[in-house]
Amino acid sequence: MANVPMDPAIVAACRGFAADIADDVQHFIDRHTTVGVERTVARAYGVVGADAEGTPLANKLVDRLHEKQLTGRGVAYFLGRGLALGAASVQEAAEALAYGGEIDDAGGVTPAAARAALEPGTAEAIARIDRARVDREAFKAQHTVGQTPLKYVIVATGNIYDDALQAKAARFAGADIIAVIRATAQSLLDYVPEGPTTEGYGGTFATQANFKIIRDACDEASRETGQYCAQTNYSSGLCMSEIAWMAAVERLDMLLNDAMYGILFRDINMQRTFVDQYFSRRIIARSGITINTGEDNYLTTADAVEKAHTVLASQFVNEAFALRAGLKQEQMGLGHAFEINPWLEDSFLLEIAQAQLVRQIFDRHPIKWMPPTKFKTGDVFHSHVHDAMFNLVGVATNQSIELLGMFSEAIHTPLLMDRYLSLKSARYIFGTARHLGDEIQWKPDGIVETRAREVLQSAHQQLEEVKRDTIWDAIGRGAFGDVKRTRTGGKGYKGVVPRHPDYVNPILDVLEKG
Amino acid sequence: MAESKLLRAYGDREGDGMIQMSFTLEILPSDRAREAGKRFAEAHGLKDPLIATMEQCAKEHTYFVAYGRSPHTVNLADIHVEELAAQPLTREEIEATAKKLGRKIVVVGACTGSDAHTVGIDAILNYKGFAGEKGLESFKSFDAHNLGAQVENHELIARARALGADAILVSQVITQRNCHKENSAALIELMVKEGLRDQFIVLLGGPRIDHQLAVDLGFDAGFGPGTKPLTVASYLVERLVGRT
Repeated sequence: MANVPMDPAIVAACRGFAADIADDVQHFIDRHTTVGVERTVARAYGVVGADAEGTPLANKLVDRLHEKQLTGRGVAYFLGRGLALGAASVQEAAEALAYGGEIDDAGGVTPAAARAALEPGTAEAIARIDRARVDREAFKAQHTVGQTPLKYVIVATGNIYDDALQAKAARFAGADIIAVIRATAQSLLDYVPEGPTTEGYGGTFATQANFKIIRDACDEASRETGQYCAQTNYSSGLCMSEIAWMAAVERLDMLLNDAMYGILFRDINMQRTFVDQYFSRRIIARSGITINTGEDNYLTTADAVEKAHTVLASQFVNEAFALRAGLKQEQMGLGHAFEINPWLEDSFLLEIAQAQLVRQIFDRHPIKWMPPTKFKTGDVFHSHVHDAMFNLVGVATNQSIELLGMFSEAIHTPLLMDRYLSLKSARYIFGTARHLGDEIQWKPDGIVETRAREVLQSAHQQLEEVKRDTIWDAIGRGAFGDVKRTRTGGKGYKGVVPRHPDYVNPILDVLEKG
Repeated sequence: MAESKLLRAYGDREGDGMIQMSFTLEILPSDRAREAGKRFAEAHGLKDPLIATMEQCAKEHTYFVAYGRSPHTVNLADIHVEELAAQPLTREEIEATAKKLGRKIVVVGACTGSDAHTVGIDAILNYKGFAGEKGLESFKSFDAHNLGAQVENHELIARARALGADAILVSQVITQRNCHKENSAALIELMVKEGLRDQFIVLLGGPRIDHQLAVDLGFDAGFGPGTKPLTVASYLVERLVGRT
């Protein structure tokens, strides 16, 4: 193998720092909830529908509790109390709370009684995502699965029905994984839209109905080609955990899900994000979904040579958070990218050093390799060559998931033929260089080995500093992606509340038991 | 009247008009499909088109690459386009010229509307810059504020007023269904409505922006793909101080 030097003692120390960093935050997470978490709980108990203006019942319900400063008791308490007091169903209890008269905040029913009334609902909620997992895995087992690097492509027409067509065409052309890019503003919406959607800028809205349409298209493409077509979407933004729930129910295979991405790149409040990512990942862990983290983005805002170690440091942090949410390493598609200035001499060697280092450190993880975007121009012919070099690194270092570059990057969302040519190029390079990594060894103390050592050393140093400062303050001084955020700044902060001593969330309780 | 100069595509030999095009048609590869591809190319004016590639790219679609001779010419004398100064000033020239202003040039920039892609505005404003050129933040003569992504037009204007900005920089990367144009036009409209348009130099940038489009939308200038910080800094210094 084209291994790079990797000092196990330094790697272990990095994991130790990351564990301390995550434990500090976990202590906070375990004492808080958010409106997003509570909406997810409501949905898990079967609260569905929206009013005439499109406001989901889950929002209406939690907003009313929030206005009365009751979110900290957990929406489950109020739903259970409704049942205990005679509501015929959770839905009926939810409607009464959302649209009925004043909410009685005096209690009236003990938390234990509310919990007991919800018991069948809790069991059904968990059974629902367990069944979806079993169904997905059984269907997958009936098909062949692509070789790594798995070829991941995006569709982003804005219209879910066009997306379905493009998704099937992509599988036909050799894709293993289809991502429907989300409409750009969705991460900042504090609700999940309802129903199938046909209009969206920069992508298509993530809705439960849209998930189902793409799942059906992917399944159809799997049957037609005999090879499994995986589906992914975004569990991120202000509705991170609600989307995780919907994805779990609709049998998605993967989710873009990152402990810090929203904080850095969408200016979502860090308290909100940390609490939301935890609950979303508890659902994801149970569902056997693979997460894709977003460290690749750091290199679009920070320099990819100077700040390469921040990607590695963040991967350790993301791993530590994911472990605390019950994910297995085999579910962690830690992200990194090929974003060094292509005109820099020997940039290819720097890229391969980092890709190989990440491969070795995270050897059980389905790591996610992202293509060049920052230095892409409208020169499609050059862009295709640039992507070819990226593909070569991907196969030589055996990345698990590779988001294929598009030669029309920086021009438009990929056309049918753009995706075809990208897949054709990847098929060629993955084939022609299949065992390249097994055949080569790096020159001792050469450029590649030196670079790998430096990156690991710098990541170690950064993690030590982040641990010293805590991640709250480290993000405040721009430790990741050169982006600075404050503890109480950003969107969604008002939706974070401390848990009441009698907080009720039986769904989380079951998920935490594993 | 400028002197007439006819431009024609140049491939191998002067005046051959050679161009390449690629496209997808809903048909499977066959002799008939090849003829369809050829006629499609001819319909675009290509003489003697050669279908160089014909491959199935989806269940019911074929991808074509065609070469052919374009008979078309363009007369340069007929073209009148708003053009920015071709040669930006150097960093030293910018700092020296800006000194004459006696204060820093205040610039506020953002990706507006739903656009979440800050790569363009970051390249121009942030210290790090792009492709070896440091951004406006790195200039002594500039006070640059990058508001980041998904900033609403009214918010951008409010910040520009609060900071006493000389210039507002808008980046629009997402172009689906022309949202970049609508969004940019809405900013100018809002500024005009509030009587603020003349208080600021307003610049537009993005991969699908050119100077002419920006001017048509009511901006002072537009900057397309590959624009580096020096070009923007030069423009601003020259507008505020004049070329020396």
